[in-house]
Amino acid sequence: MESKPIYQFHKGDRLEITSVQVEGVMRRRLLDLGFVRGAVIDVVQKSPLGDPIAFRVFNTSIALRREESSLIHAVKMEEDSEVKVQ
Amino acid sequence: MEHSAEKKIEQLDHLFQEGSDDLRDHIVSSIYQSTQGLTKEAVQYSPKKASWLDTNLDQILTSRMFGFPIMLAMLAVVIYLTIAGANYPGIVIAEAFARVEDGLTAVFQWVHAPDWLYGILVEGLYRGTSWVVSVMLPPMAIFFPMFALLENFGYLPRVAFNLDRFFKKSGAHGKQSLTMAMGFGCNAAAIMSTRIVESPRERMLAILTNNFVPCNGRWPLIIVLAGLFMAAGFSGGMNTFISAGVVVGIVLFGVVMTLFVSWALSKTLLRGVPSHYTLELPPYRKPKFWNTIVRATLDKSWFVLKRAVIIAAPASLITWILANIMVGDLSVLEHIAAFLDPFAHAIGLDGFILMAFILGFPANEIVLPILLMGYLATGSMIEVENLHDLKQIFLDHGWTWLTALNMMLFSLLHYPCGTTMLNIWKETKSPKWTFTAFALPTAIAIVVTFIIAQTVIALGLV
Amino acid sequence: MSHRVALAGNPNTGKSTLFNLLTGLRQHTGNWPGKTVVRAEGELRTDNHTFQIIDLPGTYSLYSNSADEEVARDYIIFEKPDITLVVVDATSLERNLNLALQVLEMTKNVIVCVNLIDEARRKGITVDKKELSRRLGVPVVLLSAREKIGVIQLMKTMDQMVDGKISTDPYLIPYEEEVEKKIEEMEPRIKEIFGDSMPSRWLALRLLDGDKNLLQALKTYIRDPQSVEIKHEPAQGGCCHGA
Ligand SMILES: Nc1nc2c(ncn2[C@@H]2O[C@H](COP(=O)(O)OP(=O)(O)OP(=O)(O)O)[C@@H](O)[C@H]2O)c(=O)[nH]1
Ligand SMILES: [Mg+2]
Repeated sequence: MESKPIYQFHKGDRLEITSVQVEGVMRRRLLDLGFVRGAVIDVVQKSPLGDPIAFRVFNTSIALRREESSLIHAVKMEEDSEVKVQ
Repeated sequence: MEHSAEKKIEQLDHLFQEGSDDLRDHIVSSIYQSTQGLTKEAVQYSPKKASWLDTNLDQILTSRMFGFPIMLAMLAVVIYLTIAGANYPGIVIAEAFARVEDGLTAVFQWVHAPDWLYGILVEGLYRGTSWVVSVMLPPMAIFFPMFALLENFGYLPRVAFNLDRFFKKSGAHGKQSLTMAMGFGCNAAAIMSTRIVESPRERMLAILTNNFVPCNGRWPLIIVLAGLFMAAGFSGGMNTFISAGVVVGIVLFGVVMTLFVSWALSKTLLRGVPSHYTLELPPYRKPKFWNTIVRATLDKSWFVLKRAVIIAAPASLITWILANIMVGDLSVLEHIAAFLDPFAHAIGLDGFILMAFILGFPANEIVLPILLMGYLATGSMIEVENLHDLKQIFLDHGWTWLTALNMMLFSLLHYPCGTTMLNIWKETKSPKWTFTAFALPTAIAIVVTFIIAQTVIALGLV
Repeated sequence: MSHRVALAGNPNTGKSTLFNLLTGLRQHTGNWPGKTVVRAEGELRTDNHTFQIIDLPGTYSLYSNSADEEVARDYIIFEKPDITLVVVDATSLERNLNLALQVLEMTKNVIVCVNLIDEARRKGITVDKKELSRRLGVPVVLLSAREKIGVIQLMKTMDQMVDGKISTDPYLIPYEEEVEKKIEEMEPRIKEIFGDSMPSRWLALRLLDGDKNLLQALKTYIRDPQSVEIKHEPAQGGCCHGA
């Protein structure tokens, strides 16, 4: 399946992260929060104006702006897949 | 010794390597692999149904349709309840103070205390303090428990989530709204809370604009003036309703100003684009209701009382003395007011009001008491139980709704209080930025009130 | 003599709530990450000991990505508390243990406090304390700071730790061979510089990772071991009062 930036998915989608193309400090921050390759995340909520979007990663909701979420790529997973880190 | 230290440093430098994203990725994913192994064995997830709060509430509180209306409604309800609820206890406290004063007066007469001593201690110090307490305490002891409930419930991050787009457009960090929320309590504390904004540029924006949020020393002034002048034609419940509307309007104006100033600074002095942003939205938690309420009420009351004694009391004393030292026909206080008068009138205020703001630099709580002392020429306060005579005193000094409006706006926009300035200095360690934090809001306060005053006068609205 | 106990952990895991419970003080708490920004200190007396408890700002990791993280990390590395309590959120252990493992690389005297256990139970999450403790190699206490569950056990464990009745064997994160080899090469040379006063494996890794801020702090420390401490001013009582 084709991977695309995570902000392009829909509320309720379950995704598997394929790549994190951010660099420097922000990359480190995102890694710390669990946005690592292979992590499974859910798209939980868009803010009223569409940006930022909250993602559920390791049982925590984290909101990201378009600037960052456009640099994280993922594929949509089928229902009930198991959570796993590469 | 020195030598060996330098040698060690050299050795250390030798060991240091540049690092790489690959290595960092490896380190972090190794940790995740470890934690995953650990939790797999030690943690069990039984498929329980997630609670309704967790799954559905965000869909409403941050939804496209209801997100903003609910935020506005929350603000309005909290302010409405504050105004409605503060009325009665305010009167009770004021009456209690008045009764104690009667006792004090009797004692002073009984020992034949000299007039000046009575003036300083009772009309200055005691009345000043009792004013601060009876006007400040009730609204704040109602507002903050409600605020604490929302805070413990987990609503603040949702506000930040909803409003982020505006802050992004202004070149600011989304967490600035959290620091603003802290400003409602105390701008000085909010300056410390700006540490949650990591990028120095965006943190500076948060620091420079924080005082556009009314703190607990300014809320009561805004509430009192809104009630007396803006909702004048109405009585009872309607008066409360209109006052609340006006106060909400003032708060919103502060928010708009924050966004505008952040935007303007991002284009000029603090040029730059927003740095990275992540915001955690914690699960909603049912607050421990009574615990939170009792705790917040006690904390806030203690805070107000402490400020009243530490700052309001000496300030009232000094004001009383200034009002009673005569130079020629006028007191020092009146001289100052007369000097400030022409400028003050241009921005819709008068010399006494401006002087009250200047003398109120140490703490916003004392602006209103000082103003009243100035108006009553003798430097003594009216007794607090006469809150209703307050408006008459203002009217006697030529107040219109414009004066009240501009005083509220000036209070909202002007320089931060002394404690806040001190914290800004401590946090920025920069004379330039500390000065900017003083000058910028002041200039804005003057410009805004000037434009409003001149427009209103030109249109013949007052 | 009073023993210093630092509270570390992710933001919003209940560190300040636990701090208040232990010390009887009233640090502000709130349900959002970032409530505590200045360090606070308070005292706890148990039957046998006096502890000085230090509430640190919450952080997601202990690499120097931000000022907060540096404050927390520097405290653990340079001021060497007698015990570090890592407060983790029972409802998202996977992410929270991340930080716990980082602390375990830095110091042996750790107690992992699995907090919010009431919330975890409600969500159907059970934590096997024995198993977790066995694997982490340090004591684990299940807590609910808000409902005051598990504090007695925690205080007992703290007493035992300073009495030397608990020996810990912290979990070490395994890295790929190449990295492990480099670490092995560097460790003796780091020991040459710092003796046993610093965790050499952790330092090796930080140096490999190119942590410039830490390098700077280490240099300051070498020149004058006392000077690093000045950087963190404790919370000023009285002046400020957040909502
Ligand atoms: N249900 C439950 N809630 C808790 C518990 N401990 C803390 N809380 C709540 O969790 C929220 C965060 O608590 P704090 O003590 O402020 O967290 P903190 O770790 O100090 O947070 P930072 O200062 O932001 O790092 C508050 O709303 C607390 O009431 C617990 O054991 N159970
Ligand atoms: Mg805290």
